[in-house]
Amino acid sequence: MISMNPILEIEGLSLAAKSKKQLVTNVSLSVGAGESLGIVGESGSGKSLTLRSILGLLPRGVEQVSGVIKCDGRAAMIFQDPRGALDPLCPVVRQLAEVVYYRQNVSRRASRTIALELLEMLGLPDSLKHTDRYPSQLSGGQCQRIVIAIALACKPGILLCDEPTTALDVTVQQQIIETITRLQSELGFAIVFVTHNLAIAAAMCSKLCVMKEGKIVERGDSLSLLQNPQDPYTQMLINAVLPLPEFERSAGV
Amino acid sequence: MKTALRIENLSVHYGKFTALDNVSLELQQHTTLGLVGESGSGKSTLARVIAGLITPDEGQVVLGSQTLGKKRSREQHKMIQMIFQNPDSSLNPKHTIRQILAEALLFHKIVERSGVDKRCKELLARVHIDERSLDRYPHEFSGGQRQRIAIARALSVEPSILIADEPTSALDVSVQLSVLELFNHLKSELNLTLLFISHDLGVINAISDTVAVMRHGKVLEINPKEQFFTHPETSYSRELLAAVTRMPTSNIEGGIS
Amino acid sequence: MKPTLLDLPLQADDKNKRIINRILNTPSLLVGSIMLIILVGLAVLAPFISPYHPSDQNLYAILQPPSSEHWLGTDQLGRDLFTRLIYAARTDLKIMVLAEIIPFCTGVFLGMLAGYYGKWIDTLITLVTDTFIAFPFYLIVIIVAFASGAGQRGLYITFILVGWIVYARVIKGLSASFRKQEWVASAQTLGIPGVKIILRHLLPNVLPQAVVVLMTDMVGLLVAIVTLGYLGIGIAPPTPDWGTMISDGQSFITTAWWLSAVPGLAVVYTGIALSLVGDGLADLWRRK
Repeated sequence: MISMNPILEIEGLSLAAKSKKQLVTNVSLSVGAGESLGIVGESGSGKSLTLRSILGLLPRGVEQVSGVIKCDGRAAMIFQDPRGALDPLCPVVRQLAEVVYYRQNVSRRASRTIALELLEMLGLPDSLKHTDRYPSQLSGGQCQRIVIAIALACKPGILLCDEPTTALDVTVQQQIIETITRLQSELGFAIVFVTHNLAIAAAMCSKLCVMKEGKIVERGDSLSLLQNPQDPYTQMLINAVLPLPEFERSAGV
Repeated sequence: MKTALRIENLSVHYGKFTALDNVSLELQQHTTLGLVGESGSGKSTLARVIAGLITPDEGQVVLGSQTLGKKRSREQHKMIQMIFQNPDSSLNPKHTIRQILAEALLFHKIVERSGVDKRCKELLARVHIDERSLDRYPHEFSGGQRQRIAIARALSVEPSILIADEPTSALDVSVQLSVLELFNHLKSELNLTLLFISHDLGVINAISDTVAVMRHGKVLEINPKEQFFTHPETSYSRELLAAVTRMPTSNIEGGIS
Repeated sequence: MKPTLLDLPLQADDKNKRIINRILNTPSLLVGSIMLIILVGLAVLAPFISPYHPSDQNLYAILQPPSSEHWLGTDQLGRDLFTRLIYAARTDLKIMVLAEIIPFCTGVFLGMLAGYYGKWIDTLITLVTDTFIAFPFYLIVIIVAFASGAGQRGLYITFILVGWIVYARVIKGLSASFRKQEWVASAQTLGIPGVKIILRHLLPNVLPQAVVVLMTDMVGLLVAIVTLGYLGIGIAPPTPDWGTMISDGQSFITTAWWLSAVPGLAVVYTGIALSLVGDGLADLWRRK
């Protein structure tokens, strides 16, 4: 996978635990500006570790053994558990404004204005503009929007997403996916999207990597990879997706 | 078809919050009712009321011909068994698999003490776990295996109704598939009456005969599976179905944006 | 679907080997246990180790410094200090262990009861524990010791009264968190009565933590025993006890400092040994 203008390049990345257990082996990938790449795999496949190594957010006891990570431009990350990613004792708009203040080097007043603009951009309720709320007073989906807003406040060239929809209800899941996709087309950042859900990865990303036991077993354009999988593991993953019959959307509304 | 379980006007309040709002439901014998809903819809509360873990504020649970009261008899407890979501915490970490299964068998006098070993092995075979693992502890098993052992324990007392509360949600997709296959296999083999709760419509489609949709503590729709998935009755059901991100299909060429 | 294959069940001796390996990899537990074994060994075997009797007086050889005859010297009545030290270990350790048994059992049980049932049982037990905690421990000990007369009885009574509180508090929190676990709900679904769930399911899960608390609590109890002995309201002479030994030696602190220092160090030694064992066990169980 060679992109014309890579914003992120990982070459020969290997991660291992202190106990010498190999967790990620020789992973190489590159993402071009504005491109979206999905990393798919089951638990223990090393997909999240790979993503976290980009920001150096490896858990204690895990080390980068070899490989080079090159990242042009800022990277920001959103996580699976939005509540865990927010400070529970600080109202959300203040948290957001804080990040704007430090990352964009503007005045306090301007940072608040930008924060409010971001709220609007993410479709958060207008009431937040007057009354700031704590994360516990918001729903999971709203918290995730705040987390995305905080990530965008860093003006990222690349957005790293670690299962950002897994902990959310399906209807909210869909809204978040739509929001990220819309913002990507508006702002033009690149995306690395880690998920165990093949369907979501395919909907979000033009290219996919399938990971298993720390290695990339298959990669390619989303559609061709899903329609013509070469690796038996990819095939197994595709077969494990439970089918749903098509329904009549128009009925009775 | 006989009604195995009837729920009449159940209401449960937690302080100001209404978890169940006048819920009525029927579960037919030897069928699977798939209960779908988003978080906070009250589906787990409903399961726990039926299993006798929560006493409802109003309404009743009728099993066959008997109404289940606040204090259930040993026999009534035996009739309804439940499988929980989290495979990490569904088995006592300090008990061996033998202890876990034997406790259920002996408490409900399913077999004599001398027959416990034999029955334990049969139960493990039924859920495809090696019988040599009887003396192992839960932490030595994977999530999927633990969930199978939990199924074996629930089935050990030969319940007339089995409740499964998101039993596959914490599992990897491939493991989820094998656990669902096990459920489907057990359903036909043992003629189970099953109440299967999930937020995942794909899972509900794979297992249910009838589908019930819950939202904000109310049951919005109950319909046979085929009808629910092709002609959903309520707008909320349509919303749910539309929200599922589907795999791109080959007949929609380049259908992914 | 083919059956899930597992390796053969572990052989019993293989499992023992693993446990031993884990203990060897926990230095604090290893060191603490060795220290404790030495101490208990000396205490139990005291009559065989020492040629003297702890009460044998020899007024011709008082306040002697350590020598080959008297390893730690003699006290103001010419009694062999080393002999008294290990006989005192016998007294103090015996009381320490005996006085912990009842509080440990009641505390753990009440803690599980409060944690599992919650509601009014929890309120009641919390009320009692909070009331007792409002009084300083030593105030209660001294009042009871005076009321019941000096000696071991006061210690036992006090400890039965207040010793359970620390266990109840720790175990209550732990049980309340286990109560929400799904294996408890499974047992409830089977219809297993509460007391059986407490004893069969909760107990093995809370026991490790209870034992860790036991180790630290014993240190506190030992200090209490010694303090009371020192104050003269604990173990009555001539029964050898570290507390009375420290207090007896006090008058000679300038000429024969070891009379007080040696039993003091014995208390410190025991405290370190028990704390190391407690830390080690906590470490061992956490890592699992």
